[in-house]
Amino acid sequence: MTVETLDITKDHCPMTFVKAKLALAKISSGDVLEVTLSGGEPLENVPKSAQEEGHKIISIEESGDNYLIKIAKK
Amino acid sequence: MRDYTEEQLERYSRHILLNDVGVEGQERLLDGKVLIIGAGGLGSPAALYLAAAGVGTIGIVDGDRVDISNLQRQIAHFTKDVGVWKADSAAEKMRAINPDVNVIPYNKYLFASNIKEIIGKYDFVIDGTDNFAAKFLINDACILGNIPFSHGGILRFDGQTFTINPNESACLRCLFDKPPPPNLVPTCSEAGVLGAIAGMLGTIQAAEALKFLTGAGELLNNKLLTFNALDMQFRTITVNKNENCPICGHNPTITELVDAEQAVCDLK
Repeated sequence: MTVETLDITKDHCPMTFVKAKLALAKISSGDVLEVTLSGGEPLENVPKSAQEEGHKIISIEESGDNYLIKIAKK
Repeated sequence: MRDYTEEQLERYSRHILLNDVGVEGQERLLDGKVLIIGAGGLGSPAALYLAAAGVGTIGIVDGDRVDISNLQRQIAHFTKDVGVWKADSAAEKMRAINPDVNVIPYNKYLFASNIKEIIGKYDFVIDGTDNFAAKFLINDACILGNIPFSHGGILRFDGQTFTINPNESACLRCLFDKPPPPNLVPTCSEAGVLGAIAGMLGTIQAAEALKFLTGAGELLNNKLLTFNALDMQFRTITVNKNENCPICGHNPTITELVDAEQAVCDLK
């Protein structure tokens, strides 16, 4: 299993999820994507959208001013 | 998978966000090759939308030049383009929308003698022509060359379209075995068209091409979509492959391409 990282703290909706989708498309099923994102809209929407597309949210943790979300690709 | 620039990601973001398209679907569009035959009422919106979508290679064919009477509905051409080759004029707008796209204009008409060589380079064909001879020629060339295509036609307030998957779904000759006799084709005085319905029909054809390339949804295979803009009613009529079809039936009588007789009134 490989782990890729993605920082979308500087992006806004919907580019936050567009970048997450691209990063997920580049990894294999079961691999993990660690996404650093801001609170508020990205925190509300990115995990939800990833789940809606069948991926699994492993964890959501605070990381300084931001959040770290681990997503397992479906 | 290709590396996307920030600009490309933004440009294609609304496709990538779609669950049925996604990054994989956008990749297929960027790798796709579509030929649009006719840079007129149907071909104009189809060309602009396919270029906007990032279809990697788009051929556009027309042997005519822009006339001022075209501008009421052929939205790829502007007033400044009167007298310019239509394929060149459309190509200029397509490149302006999306410089990623490789646009190949063909400033010529297609005949039995040259169609096979050109369509063979493409994954999907859009028939945006305005006469029966061309429509049957495109049908026959696509069936013999096994290239899926979208048939489309408009007149007055009416439009019709369906999508042909050669040898799998009904083709134009399954429905109409040959072009109508020239005296049944509308005369010039009967041949007005409401400009906006060209956009309605050509855009449906573009959507079919995008669905074909991405694999999203169900195509209009064996489904003839018709509409009348006066009452804005849409109908989908189920059509069937005809086992006696002269080109894709059990005992085809058409095994090579021939040019059909043109109608009396050759509309621009």
